[in-house]
Amino acid sequence: MVEAIQPPAQATYWFVHGRLLFLIVDLLGLASFAWIMAKRLAPLFRGQRDPRFDRPLVRLGRLLKFWLGQWRHPRYLAAGLIHILLFAGFIVLVVHTGFLLALGTSERPNMPGGVYAAISDYAVTVVFLCMMIAIVRRLLKPARYAVPARYGKAHTADAILLLALIAILMAADSIFEGAQAASQWQQRLPVDALAIGSLPWVLRNALLSAPLPALANLYLGAYLVHELAFFFLLCYRPFGIQFHVETSLFTVYFAKLDRGTIKPVRWGVPDAQLDQVKSLGVKTFEDFTWKHMLDFYSCADCGRCSDQCPANAVGRPLSPRFLTIKARDYSFRHFPVFGSAHNGHALVGDIYSEDEIWSCTTCGACEAECPLLVEYIDKIVDLRRGLVDDGKVPQSLQKPLKALETRGNPFGKMEKKRADWVKAIPQQACSAQTLNGDHRAETLYFVDSITAYDDRMQAIGRATARILHAADENFGILGAVEKDSGHDVRRFGEETLFMALRDHNTEAIKESGVKRIVTSDPHAFNALKHDYRDVPPVEHISQFMARAMADGKIRLNPVESGQVYTYHDPCYLGRHNGVYDAPRAVLDAVPGLQRVEMRRSRDRSFCCGGGGLALFYEPTENERMGVKRVQMAAEAGANVIVTACPFCMVNMEDAIKVAGMEGKMTAIDLAELVERQMTN
Amino acid sequence: MPRIFAYIVHKAGVADDSAAELLAAAAKIDAAQSPTAVVTGHGADLDAVCQSLCASFREVWRIGNESLAYPNAELVRKALAAVVPAGSILLVPHAHFGTDLSPGLSIKLNAAYVPDVLDIESAGGGALKMVRQEFGGQVSAHVRCDISSGAVINIRPGAFKPAASPPAGGQVIDQSARVGVLTCGRRYLQTVAAETGDVDIKKYPALVSIGRGIQEQDNVSIAQELADAMGAAVSCSRPVVDAKWMEKSRQVGSSGQTVKPKVYMACGISGSFQHLAGIQGSPFIVAINKNPKAPIFRVADVGIVADLLEFLPELTSKIRGK
Amino acid sequence: MEILVCAKRVPDTSENEIELNGDGDIDRDELVYSVNEADNYAVEEALEIVERTGGTVTVVTVGGDEDEEILRREMAMGARQAVLLSDDAFNGSDGRGIAAILAAFVKKGHYELILTGVQADDGAGQVGGMLAAMLDCPFASLVTSIEVLGGGKLKISREIEGGNKEINEIDLPCVLSIQTGINEPRYVGMRGIRQVASVPIPTLGKADLGVNGYAGEAAARVKRMDYFVPPAGKGAEMLTGSQDEVIAKLIDLLKAKGGLQ
Repeated sequence: MVEAIQPPAQATYWFVHGRLLFLIVDLLGLASFAWIMAKRLAPLFRGQRDPRFDRPLVRLGRLLKFWLGQWRHPRYLAAGLIHILLFAGFIVLVVHTGFLLALGTSERPNMPGGVYAAISDYAVTVVFLCMMIAIVRRLLKPARYAVPARYGKAHTADAILLLALIAILMAADSIFEGAQAASQWQQRLPVDALAIGSLPWVLRNALLSAPLPALANLYLGAYLVHELAFFFLLCYRPFGIQFHVETSLFTVYFAKLDRGTIKPVRWGVPDAQLDQVKSLGVKTFEDFTWKHMLDFYSCADCGRCSDQCPANAVGRPLSPRFLTIKARDYSFRHFPVFGSAHNGHALVGDIYSEDEIWSCTTCGACEAECPLLVEYIDKIVDLRRGLVDDGKVPQSLQKPLKALETRGNPFGKMEKKRADWVKAIPQQACSAQTLNGDHRAETLYFVDSITAYDDRMQAIGRATARILHAADENFGILGAVEKDSGHDVRRFGEETLFMALRDHNTEAIKESGVKRIVTSDPHAFNALKHDYRDVPPVEHISQFMARAMADGKIRLNPVESGQVYTYHDPCYLGRHNGVYDAPRAVLDAVPGLQRVEMRRSRDRSFCCGGGGLALFYEPTENERMGVKRVQMAAEAGANVIVTACPFCMVNMEDAIKVAGMEGKMTAIDLAELVERQMTN
Repeated sequence: MPRIFAYIVHKAGVADDSAAELLAAAAKIDAAQSPTAVVTGHGADLDAVCQSLCASFREVWRIGNESLAYPNAELVRKALAAVVPAGSILLVPHAHFGTDLSPGLSIKLNAAYVPDVLDIESAGGGALKMVRQEFGGQVSAHVRCDISSGAVINIRPGAFKPAASPPAGGQVIDQSARVGVLTCGRRYLQTVAAETGDVDIKKYPALVSIGRGIQEQDNVSIAQELADAMGAAVSCSRPVVDAKWMEKSRQVGSSGQTVKPKVYMACGISGSFQHLAGIQGSPFIVAINKNPKAPIFRVADVGIVADLLEFLPELTSKIRGK
Repeated sequence: MEILVCAKRVPDTSENEIELNGDGDIDRDELVYSVNEADNYAVEEALEIVERTGGTVTVVTVGGDEDEEILRREMAMGARQAVLLSDDAFNGSDGRGIAAILAAFVKKGHYELILTGVQADDGAGQVGGMLAAMLDCPFASLVTSIEVLGGGKLKISREIEGGNKEINEIDLPCVLSIQTGINEPRYVGMRGIRQVASVPIPTLGKADLGVNGYAGEAAARVKRMDYFVPPAGKGAEMLTGSQDEVIAKLIDLLKAKGGLQ
């Protein structure tokens, strides 16, 4: 290109030579940024270890999908599209901006041309427009951006400032180019090509007849504004939600790979040595791992997690978004850029309340939604571990925990009665025999506590047994030797008790000599699949049924007409384990069954209220999750809600009564439905 | 058989109903003996009580002292220890005052102590055979008590049915002089009444407990009227609390209160395990439910299939009528 | 303040089904035991008091080796010391005997406050009051709140009829029996107990304590002869007939069972 205006490096800005000025700006800016980053990284070095450097190829693949590919963004279409465009623009402009920065201190200024230059022009335009739209959105404010009073002031002003600054950056860039091109045109020099319709092109046209000195001033002034805005943003971003611009790549790369399981209490400390660890769980900020601290930095405050959170929807004091924002603000306060670090405060009782931490059902909706793959469940469990370690367990949970310890089930019922549910199976139907020396089988039906002991849920056990029998599956149960899977004991922070239950069951399963496990309880399914090691492969009864029906082993009678069915995805079958299609295939194979889909289904399924220990906890809430869910079923036009989890069943049946929908809605378990319709 | 005394609890000049029950208990120990009433207190109230007791006791021992105006068990114990002869049998109603008074009193009198007794018979040879309950009322036990040095026996209220007895034409004997100056290390300050929102359902011998069957908040008053007529309190199961029709403190269940009443009216309660876990001591359970298959009927003593919204008001008016 | 809590290991009623074994005793094979619930509340209360005033909490029980587990549990909760009072000569003691053994132990130390639970598995609620009488110090039962005043006094609240509270001032040293629900006991899990697994628990016997003649079977004046269950029907007796008939029958039953005040 031909310089029509003296380049910034050679110009004089208020008696300061351009090159010197921009050298100072660049050095100050970069040094400040480095200092700030060092301060921000400091707490991460004090955090707990977290091995995230394994499986680099897998991580790379996910980086491409979720970070570069913005995979999660379109789930909220409007905001998602804006962000995709914005992000694409930023990626495109990286090189362009690098060259632009170099301009201020270089002898021979150079900017990339050709196709890249044209794309850059459009990128600048798109980013600018996105900023305008985003600012308007912030003013019109979708509900999920709202900040409830107890969390402080609205974030609107800060958000708009940052959006405006980026817009200014784009505008300055465009004026810089437009002024140059206009000046070139006036002086009849070769004009830099600007992409038609782009912002620089528009500005060039607008400036075509501006006086040359004015163009020169605009040119140099825009460059200065661009530089200052760039470095200001660079240094300001780590103070707020825009920090995700820097951290998102790392947060996504280092994101958790193993779904369904909970992190160990301390990475690098085997179970047997946990007794030597003085304090378990997260009590102070430094008890978080470095990756969790990075998550706090990376939150973009989009509110999608809280928008999906069922606890938040029913008025419990839990909002995942604010769990993160409060921790981030805490780290900013206690590990400040200016000033010295101080830690050591208990988080629960300060930024978090106990009710807030116990309110989570670990449904995973937040984690499924977050575009940055921020993790929540491990943090909540770690905070719970800290509370348990300090003895701060709600009284309502102490009774079932004690019962689990002494009797192996949360109801306090006697061990020897764990297989009593079998007695009510009609003699001619089948039997579910206890595996021991006399009776051995290839398949274990792991029943778990609620199905074994609850009068209503025992029907699911019997239906499952009948189905296994009808499909010619040689199976048995552990009987009185079985203890609770411990799935929710772990998720409620009692790791020691969980390990005792897990080890006991693992031993019993090994002794039984089974080759595979089937269960009708998604919590047990998840535990056996992800929390237990060295046990045979496990599947859920819905998967078994889908296969048996496809193989023709189970044949079904048509259902009565006049019923409209809808399937509710249990969290631990659907979201955590991706089993969405098998249960639907089962339902669709029932002749005459009319099925509708709820608005929130599959990985957007709305938690029933929680299972395991969540059944015992008494949260502060405005209504029950289950009530909202059966209302969703009614909205979808259904009068039968089908589920595949005994805890969902408890909550649904309860909710139908509480919501006064008896007679208008019934709930049935998938296995019960199939058993009812079976021809054999 | 040692001489039998009955400690009479009273309030505002009126003897407690337990007085008649103590008479019945005494009769089981020794039908031939007429027990002596022992009353502590002060002033006109004490006099009124003593006079009224003359109708059922042959002898009424009056112990009046200013410091006994409020029944402070520590002071009462000192007074009784000074007055009650060694080797006697002293019957006391087993309630909050009796549990405070009797264990220490038995030591001071060097007498045996048996609390919360449901039945008594003489076993011969200076002993009594009694019935108690253990394990929260899940089992009963026969207990043998050596009464050769006397005994303090706390009687469970309601266990002994008062018999209609002929007027005793008794006389009051003042024993106040035998008690010196009474002091102790515990001083009564005041009584704080329960706020109406503060009903402690654990303290009621009978509960009218409601579940979802009550259907709406406005109907809770139906249960309250019945409770008032019965001298009971209204309690509930969890759904009623969730629906915010009653306060949390009224909830009976594994995540609510554990209650040990004598009578439990389960109205419109299905009988979930969480709810039943809150009922201890094997009370007499009356289940009223529209659904004849409700699980509550398996654990109730008496069942009535009815719409509680119709049944309870009728029951209330009949109780009031009697 | 130096606080002593007297605790007892009992079959856990919420997790056991108490059944007779046909020999006049209960079937003990499958019972699970734990610290008496009211005693646990007492320990929590003691811990909260020393957290405010300083001092330590000691837990004591009368029994045998199998009773050590509750002492460990209360130490895991925060009690600084635990002591087991055990001797063959103590077996078969009645309530007065237990109180005498505890009194002998108390006299060997200096405790300003002694707490017991309001009652245990036998529902007697007697040891606290007897202990106070033997020690000649003031006593209060059914305590629902404790406030430490200066000058060796406490302000306590007792639970009386109708949900009312009786407020008293009481001199130290004293004995209090603690009602359940006075506080929210902290959680103790398997890990906590493992961490105190090797703390030594001193055992004191008859010779160490110098107990008087109240302890032991021979001195017991109250003895349990057997357990039995009064006959009860299966399931509810369904009342039938016209509503008036049903109501009349029900009222009779309510009266008989003490349901009408």
